[in-house]
Amino acid sequence: MSGVWVFVENSQGQIPAVAQEAIGAARNVAAGLGQPLTGLVMGQDVSGVANGAFDLGVDAVLGADDATLAHFRVEAVGPLVAQLAGERNPAVLVVGGSTRGRDLAAWVAAELEAGLVPDGIEVKVEDSSVKVTRPVYAGKLLADVHITGGLQVITLRSRAFPKAEPTGKSGTPEWVNTAVAEDEINTKVVGFEGKEGTVSLTDASIIVSGGRGVGGPEGFAPVKELANTLGGALGASRAAVDAGWIPYDHQVGQTGKTVSPDLYIACGISGAIQHQAGMRTAKIIVAVNKDPDAPIFKLAHYGIVGDLFKVLPVLAAEFKKRLS
Amino acid sequence: MKVVVCIKQTPSTTAVFTVDAGGNVSWDDPGGKPNVLNPWDEYSVEEGIRLKENHGATDVIVLTSGSEESQDALKTSLAMGCTEAILVADEAFAGSDTLGTARVLAAAINQIGDVDIALFGKQAIDGDTGMTPMQVARKLGWTPLTYVSAIKEVGDGQITVERLLDDGKETVSASLPVVISVVKEINEPRYPSLMGIRKANRVEIPTWGAADLSVEGGVGSEASQVDWSHVYAIPARVGSVEIIEGDTVEEQARILADRLFEEKVI
Repeated sequence: MSGVWVFVENSQGQIPAVAQEAIGAARNVAAGLGQPLTGLVMGQDVSGVANGAFDLGVDAVLGADDATLAHFRVEAVGPLVAQLAGERNPAVLVVGGSTRGRDLAAWVAAELEAGLVPDGIEVKVEDSSVKVTRPVYAGKLLADVHITGGLQVITLRSRAFPKAEPTGKSGTPEWVNTAVAEDEINTKVVGFEGKEGTVSLTDASIIVSGGRGVGGPEGFAPVKELANTLGGALGASRAAVDAGWIPYDHQVGQTGKTVSPDLYIACGISGAIQHQAGMRTAKIIVAVNKDPDAPIFKLAHYGIVGDLFKVLPVLAAEFKKRLS
Repeated sequence: MKVVVCIKQTPSTTAVFTVDAGGNVSWDDPGGKPNVLNPWDEYSVEEGIRLKENHGATDVIVLTSGSEESQDALKTSLAMGCTEAILVADEAFAGSDTLGTARVLAAAINQIGDVDIALFGKQAIDGDTGMTPMQVARKLGWTPLTYVSAIKEVGDGQITVERLLDDGKETVSASLPVVISVVKEINEPRYPSLMGIRKANRVEIPTWGAADLSVEGGVGSEASQVDWSHVYAIPARVGSVEIIEGDTVEEQARILADRLFEEKVI
């Protein structure tokens, strides 16, 4: 068993941030184990992606370029990765924790009966084995996890690792045939609606969120204004979502999305533990709240005690000035 | 059409956790019940019941692999409207990793027989892996449909669903049987009716043990390949908040902007 593999997710010729982060982390694991790093590139017309993978620092690219792989389906990619891993025996498979990545990791691990640790926020090589730290119990505790046995399959939480730095390197990919034909793939993609123009919460480096303190759907206007000024995404606490003031899509927290931005500004959010579970790994947390005793101030790095309706517009104006 | 909903009993969302010196985790909930139906599973249970109400499913069987206490979550699901409940419990299954759990659940679903759709919530809020539905699908050899936000059509052995991916909404079709895991956008779970609760409390839920199932492959802590060597509380926060003072809001805004540019987060 040797070699570290990393799944190079791609879409429309681009390698998304989550996969660039996975390559960065996988490079460290490979270096720690003293083994080569192979990028797996699957899709259609992906020679550019293969070049991108070499640039991001993989030592080798193993890929397949086929119409059946044009739009990621786990029933097409899973069997192929499992087959290749079964033949070539890597020691570790690293996958960025996007929806597609998590599906792939779970499939491959089940297929190969391998140990699987999802959602790692830290990965260390210790005594030639990989230790993954991950949040458990809805983010209230942490667990250090080892995988025993053969192949170790790991997924990484989005934005928990820095992206791989470009190296300027290039190489020659090894292209293989697909494992399953179109008529063997049960899932047919009938449509796809991209989320153009809106910043996805899990990808955002800046998030401005509103909670019970905004008082109603119109109360989100200054929160949204500040988010737009900063080029950030709009988030919300469960209280605001449950009250029907903003769609669930924006919910951050234990039963919403888990985010890890560089900057998280919590407005009118008390900071219940369930909300904290979804955003505590943000690099800098700012709280704006009328209540000086709100639990959020125990978590925040910076705080303003005050009325968000007075504070947010002034903040937005200040940033508009500085960013223009 | 036969539907199975796989659920889990987990700590409540408001549970407070402690880890002792030996790394053993325990929890309590000062405000309510410490163990509940996994919050994400309320949505899969609701969707199962809607398949019966709107798409002609005849059976909505709620299934869990757990312990005696897990009966509570099963009864909640029955009270909401599931037609039948099964508890899978055996010492031999305790300490399973997701693969072991997937083997057990697949065996139970095969034992039930003729199942068209196996429903799951996105993840369980204790292990938080979200990997089990896909692994059960692999063990059953069924098509997996994850992150499902809407079941658009089902009938004639086919199903069309909408999935919420990181970068957009995907509509896919597949032939049955399928394993589906749902996200919260899919529906609004109902509250169990009083009559539902009373009926559910009277139900004798059958328990299936290792001897009742043909589980393929290793299960339990012996077979687990994932070693949680160290579980611990999140390290205490270093430092404390800087509350920004100022004579005017404008001044506070200026100071905060200074700080954030210094921190290089803007």
